[in-house]
Amino acid sequence: MISVQALTKTFGPIQAVRQISFSVSKGEVLGFLGPNGAGKSTTMKMITGFLTPTSGTAVVCGCDIQRSPIMAKRHIGYLPEGAPLYTDMSARGFLRFAAATRGLRGTARQKAVDRAVELAQLQSVIDQPIETLSKGFTRRVGLAQALIHDPDVLILDEPTDGLDPNQKHDVRKIITDMAPEKAIIISTHILEEVEAVCSRALIIAQGEVVADGTPEALMEKSSEHNAVSVRFASTIPATARDELLALPAVEAADIRDVQPHPYILVHPTDGAPIAEAVGELVREKKWNLVEFGTERGNLEEVFRTLTNPPKDDVA
Amino acid sequence: MTLTQSFSNVRVIFLREFLGYFMTPVAYVFLAVFLALAGALTFYIGQFFGRNQADLSAFFTFHPWLFLFLMPALAMRLWAEERKSGTIELLLTLPISIGDAVVGKFLAAWLFALVALALTFPMVIMVNTLGSPDNGVIIASYIASVLVAGGYLAIGSFISAMTKNQVVAFIIAAAVCFVFTLGGSNLVLGFFRSFLSDGLVEVVASFSFLNHFNEMRKGIIGLGDIVFFGSVIVVFLMATAIVLDLKKGE
Repeated sequence: MISVQALTKTFGPIQAVRQISFSVSKGEVLGFLGPNGAGKSTTMKMITGFLTPTSGTAVVCGCDIQRSPIMAKRHIGYLPEGAPLYTDMSARGFLRFAAATRGLRGTARQKAVDRAVELAQLQSVIDQPIETLSKGFTRRVGLAQALIHDPDVLILDEPTDGLDPNQKHDVRKIITDMAPEKAIIISTHILEEVEAVCSRALIIAQGEVVADGTPEALMEKSSEHNAVSVRFASTIPATARDELLALPAVEAADIRDVQPHPYILVHPTDGAPIAEAVGELVREKKWNLVEFGTERGNLEEVFRTLTNPPKDDVA
Repeated sequence: MTLTQSFSNVRVIFLREFLGYFMTPVAYVFLAVFLALAGALTFYIGQFFGRNQADLSAFFTFHPWLFLFLMPALAMRLWAEERKSGTIELLLTLPISIGDAVVGKFLAAWLFALVALALTFPMVIMVNTLGSPDNGVIIASYIASVLVAGGYLAIGSFISAMTKNQVVAFIIAAAVCFVFTLGGSNLVLGFFRSFLSDGLVEVVASFSFLNHFNEMRKGIIGLGDIVFFGSVIVVFLMATAIVLDLKKGE
C-alpha cells in the first residue's frame, strides 16, 4: 500500500535522505530504525507530503504524493514527531476538527470521533483543553487524530517517545490491535519496541537503508545469535571452559563470574546451532546448572554495528 | 479537487480559526481595546461634539491608524504560531491545499475584524439620534473600513508566514502597513523619489490605503477602489501560500 521510490532529500550541502526505496503492504508494521539524525523523520515527512523530495516519490494506495497530494493524503493518518496539536482546543473539539478536515459531517463525524475516542481510551479527558493533559494523553489524542478516518496507511513518528512504560504499553497495544487491517510505519529508536510491535524492521543510517528484514532475521546478524548460556548453581568447574571449547563449531566461551550464579556464554562459529552438543556435554559431565538457554541475538548490537561502522572503515 | 470540496475545506479551517479567537483572551482584549480606542479617538482627538455636525467623519478618520497596529496584532498568530508549535506539519498533511488553509485563516481574521466594527453600532445610533446624518455615507465608510482591514490582514498573514516569532511578525507587519497607509504622503513619496522615476512614484502613490480610504468615505465606492483592495488581498494571500510552501520545513 506504500511504495517509496528512491526518495532523496538534500538540505543545502547535506544529503539527509539518499535514494531510499521500500514498500509496505497491508498487515505489515514496519519499524523504521536509525540513530537520531539518520533521516527517519525527513523520510516520513516526504511520504506524508509535508516536505517536497529533491528527487524520487512515494505512492500511497495508488496515489502519487507528488502528483495527487490531496488524494494520497486522504489515505494517510499521520502522527508527526512530538505530536503537535492545537493545544487550546479541547480533545473533543480537536477531534471534531480533524474529522471535518477528512470530509466527515453530521452523524458520520460523530461516529468517527466516538470510535477514535474509544480506540485511544480518551473518555476521561475528552472535554479538557489539550494543554492541560499529560504527555501520555496528549500523544493518544494525536493518535486518535491519525485514526479518525480509519485510514489504510498509518505513519507514526516516534509514537512512544517520552512516555512511561505503562503509556508505551498502551500505545503499542493500540498499534498491534489495528495492524492486520492497515499498512503501518512507525519510527523509533527503542529496540524493544521493534520486537514488540513490528513485523519488519528497516534500519537506516546517514540517510541510507543499511538493513531490511524481520526482527528475527536482523538478530541472526548478531554475534550472539545461537550462543548458548550455561549458568551454574555455584562455582564453575575448572575444566568446564576448555571442555566447551573442545566441542565442534564452538568459537569462544566467555566466563561471566557473576554471583550467585556464574555462567559461561558459548559462541558458535558463524551462528551454527550448538545447543544440542553443549546440552549433551552438560549431561555427560553432570554439571549442576540453574539455567541453560539459547540466545536469539542482540538487536542492540546489530543496530550499533550497522549504524556506527568501525572507525577504520570511516576513514 | 472540485470547488465544493475546496469551499468545504475553507469552511473547516475558517471555523476552527474563528472560534479559536474566542478560546483565548485574544478576542476580548482585542475588542475592548478597539472599542475603547475608537471611542477615545472620536471624542477627544476627533472633536466629535466640537464639530457640531451630524456625521461620523471624526470616527472613521482614525480607522486606518487604529488598524495599522490592531490588524497586525490579529494577523500575527495566523501562521507564526503554527510554525512555532509544529502544528503546521499536522495542518499541511491533512487533505487540504495550502491555498484553502490560507484563505480560511484569512477569512476568520477578517470576519473577526468585521465583528469588532459591527460592535461600534452605538455610534450610528447616537449620531442618528442627535441629527440626521447621510446614512449612505456612513455605510460607504464602513465598507471602506472593512476593505482597509482586509488589506492589512492580508499583509499581516504574509508576514506571519515568514517567521516563527509572533512579535517579529507584528512589528514588521505594522511597519509594512504603515508604508502602505502613507503611500500617498510626502514622507513615503519623498523616500521613493530619491531613486524612482516620477511615473513609478505615481504608482507608489496609487498604492496608498489612505487615499483609497478617503475617496470611499465620500460616499462612493468606486470599482477602482474595490479592485485595488481585492488585488492587494489576493496578491498577499498568494504570497502567503508561496512563502509557506517554501519555508514550511524550516
